Amino acid sequence: MIRKLFVGFFLALLTLPALGAFDVGQLMSDLAGNKGGRVKFIEKKYISFLDRPVVSTGEMTYTAPDRLEKRTVTPKPEILLLDRDMLSIVREKQRLSINLANQPEALAFIDSIRGTLAGNRAALEKNYLLHLAGSFDNWTLTLLPSDQKIAALVQRIVVTGSGSQVRSIEYLQADGDRSVLSIEPLEGK
Amino acid sequence: MNSAVPRAVLIWLLAMLTGVVIVWNSRFAADMSFFLPAHPSAGQQVLVNQIKEGVVSRLLMIAIVGGDADQRATLSRDLRRRLESDERFASVQNGEAGSHDADREFLFKHRYLLSPAVTPARFTVDGLRSAIANSIDLLASPAGFVLKPLLTRDPTGELVEVLGSLNAGSQPDMRGGVWASRDGERAMLLLQTGALGSDTDGQEAAIKEIRDAFAASVETAGISGTSIEISGPGVFAVNARALIKGEVTRLSLISSLAIICVLFFVYRSPRLLTLGLLPVVSGVLAGIVAVSLAYGTVFGITVGFGSALIGEAVDYSIYYFVQSARKGYAGWRERFWPTIRLGVLTSVCGFGALLFSGFPGLAQLGLYSLSGVLAAAIVTRFVLPELAGGVTMARDLSPLGKTVAKGIRAAHALRWPVLLLAALAAAHLLVHRTSLWYPDLSVLSTATAEESALDMRLRGDIAAPDARYMVVINAADREAALQAAEVAGDKLDRLVAAGTIASYDTPARFLPSAARQQARCASLPASEELRLRLQTAQAGSPLAAERLAGFIDDVAASRTQCAISRDSLAGTGLAFLVDALVQAHSGGVSVLMPLHPAAGEAGQPLAIDAVRDALAGTDALVIDLKAELDQLYRDYLREAILLSMGGLLAIVLLLAATLRSPGRLVAVMLPLVLSVLLVIAGLSLLGERLHLLHLVGMLLIVAVGSNYALFFDRANDQHRLDAETLASMLIANLTTAIGFGTLALSKVPVLHAVGVTVGPGAILALLLTAIFVRS
Repeated sequence: MIRKLFVGFFLALLTLPALGAFDVGQLMSDLAGNKGGRVKFIEKKYISFLDRPVVSTGEMTYTAPDRLEKRTVTPKPEILLLDRDMLSIVREKQRLSINLANQPEALAFIDSIRGTLAGNRAALEKNYLLHLAGSFDNWTLTLLPSDQKIAALVQRIVVTGSGSQVRSIEYLQADGDRSVLSIEPLEGK
Repeated sequence: MNSAVPRAVLIWLLAMLTGVVIVWNSRFAADMSFFLPAHPSAGQQVLVNQIKEGVVSRLLMIAIVGGDADQRATLSRDLRRRLESDERFASVQNGEAGSHDADREFLFKHRYLLSPAVTPARFTVDGLRSAIANSIDLLASPAGFVLKPLLTRDPTGELVEVLGSLNAGSQPDMRGGVWASRDGERAMLLLQTGALGSDTDGQEAAIKEIRDAFAASVETAGISGTSIEISGPGVFAVNARALIKGEVTRLSLISSLAIICVLFFVYRSPRLLTLGLLPVVSGVLAGIVAVSLAYGTVFGITVGFGSALIGEAVDYSIYYFVQSARKGYAGWRERFWPTIRLGVLTSVCGFGALLFSGFPGLAQLGLYSLSGVLAAAIVTRFVLPELAGGVTMARDLSPLGKTVAKGIRAAHALRWPVLLLAALAAAHLLVHRTSLWYPDLSVLSTATAEESALDMRLRGDIAAPDARYMVVINAADREAALQAAEVAGDKLDRLVAAGTIASYDTPARFLPSAARQQARCASLPASEELRLRLQTAQAGSPLAAERLAGFIDDVAASRTQCAISRDSLAGTGLAFLVDALVQAHSGGVSVLMPLHPAAGEAGQPLAIDAVRDALAGTDALVIDLKAELDQLYRDYLREAILLSMGGLLAIVLLLAATLRSPGRLVAVMLPLVLSVLLVIAGLSLLGERLHLLHLVGMLLIVAVGSNYALFFDRANDQHRLDAETLASMLIANLTTAIGFGTLALSKVPVLHAVGVTVGPGAILALLLTAIFVRS
């Protein structure tokens, strides 16, 4: 048993430079195994002209493979629902529905979250170059837009996580502003 | 021959010449005015204005079909570019990014005059603090990235306020960056023509322009296999006009040729044939002249009715030539003319009743036919004998007459079966009396099923505005109208907030009244004051007051531009919106405020009573155009029933006064009433959708059919109906049936209905009179 562990550790050491044991394919299949659940989030937006970031908090519910509900509680209640290609936002009395099939750039942007949560490598690689670093317990996936139109919206997306659980998503926007979405699982789904 | 001879002919020639000159200078039209009320109520007036010049009447929907999505998008962009610079189009939209830049720029520049949130309280320390905090909160939302770039210049979020009150409704889908149909297989464009909906020439030119531009786009792009579909009220109007134009020629030709053939068969003389057509030509000319002089404009459908008039007017010359063959002119005048005159008068009663109709088309048809019949009869009586000289028909028609007489004797056996049939017909009509009449004005539309289907499809694909409900405000001038619209708008805002209606459009959104502009402008503090207030308000906020220099500059600039006018809107799509909703007319200015029903698809009924309640106490009218249209048709139908009854009564009174015998009156009227019964029941059984023109047709069966019944009545009086008279009636009846029957071939519902009713009705009237004649 101990010898087996040792051999495993040794092999892991050997493959570290190439991340052979933990690659994008492995991560994607792990993520795909996560069938969804409810999480708390804190989102901080760092905007050039603001002295402090804008902070919003709330809950997110993900149902594999393509339904994502983001309920913001503070500072203003807002519900964002992404169901397949339909994005709807309800804020106070206003309700906005957008069919993302009509908006390829926005869809690519949103697919960065959805593709990561669903472990859909093909969807991610359609618009982004993927770069993975770290280990199974503490990984960092960097998405770089491969399409000029998407690059005009976002420079870089950095997703961190542990196992099949995404911990944070950071967007670095084209204008230098950035937002960080930190995720914390809720106990008992 | 005395000196009166050339005088009658001379007067006739002169009248004909004058007539030709008048007709030459007449204005002919084939637009919707045919159907629009002559004396509209306030609600109907709105309907009339909308149909003639409303925004919706100027809407053209375009679908590009075939090719792939990219090719269609390329063509859509190119087509928009070509048409946008064309003055014929007030607006060309295909959903392309950047196509609303000028509008956004205008709204942003004038946001402090346009935003409903601009009040003195908004610019106090508290007001600024809360408005700016709200904007910062909005940045947390995914929607925030849209307003981030403008936030330091517009920290109170006035553009959001301006755009928030704008509800574009459901937007069409997009493919390749342009609007597409629901299934993505067609690229869609929405155009507003500069030409009014009632300007059929302008609409036709616009449609041609679109087709030409599309052909050019296809050629430039080198794309094959694509085509264009266009629909909208303008297309319907243009198609209807083409249809009516074609039919006027086609129907008149068919009817004339058929009648000429009959006449040639009877007369076997080109000279008699030519002479016999003179009263007809005179009648048709007189009809158009009368309409042109009375109404200024002659409707195409009226001219199309000429086919029936030809069939009816030719009767008089047939009577003259056939009946005078043995007895000469003097004998004819003495023996037959009084009967013919009475027949002319009953026809005049029938057509004359239509003159009182508030349905302009019907009134025109009445005047046209009345003048035509009267002119034909007068020319036959006073001019034709002079021109014909002594010439009469050489051919002996008595064999034909004798055969007819024999047939009549045999036909008496059919009395009871006919009565039984009539009883069945009456029973059928009684059973179906509630579903007999088609309850919708659309039944009179010339649009084909395919045209309607295409229109429905494009409308659904492009989510075209449905302007069924609107608030209408009338005021003395533009400023008063805009102020009243603002008062109504404030009340409507509460309904929007309550969810009673989804939204409404108002010109005051882009062009507020001068009073409101002044009030908003006065709410704006001077730069130094604003700077101080911001310092206090933003203490502790993540957005420091120092970063808001752009805001202070913009407010300062707005304070110097406190008056936007219609001219300020020039070059934006908003100008068109405002023009569409503000209509100046001789009585002042009207403002239209279209209402959009809450939730659901277009066409969903709107809680109109709630809107009426909300606007109670103001002068605003709340109008449901569909209800107005339905009411209009019901009014027409009710009026047509009244007029038919009136016409019938006039005929009965005329006959009663002339015949002076209840028995004779019944003998004349019975076959006519039975004919009407049988024709209507027959049409209903054949599945014909009966509408008010069928009703008018019923009156005309009596008016026209009575001519034949009267001959039988007169003959009875003198104990014998000679063979020539019988033959003349048979031929005259045949030409009348041809004239009206030709109308039955028409695709124009108005003409078709009259034709399909009066054609068979005229034949039946003769047949039944023969069957029921007292032996």
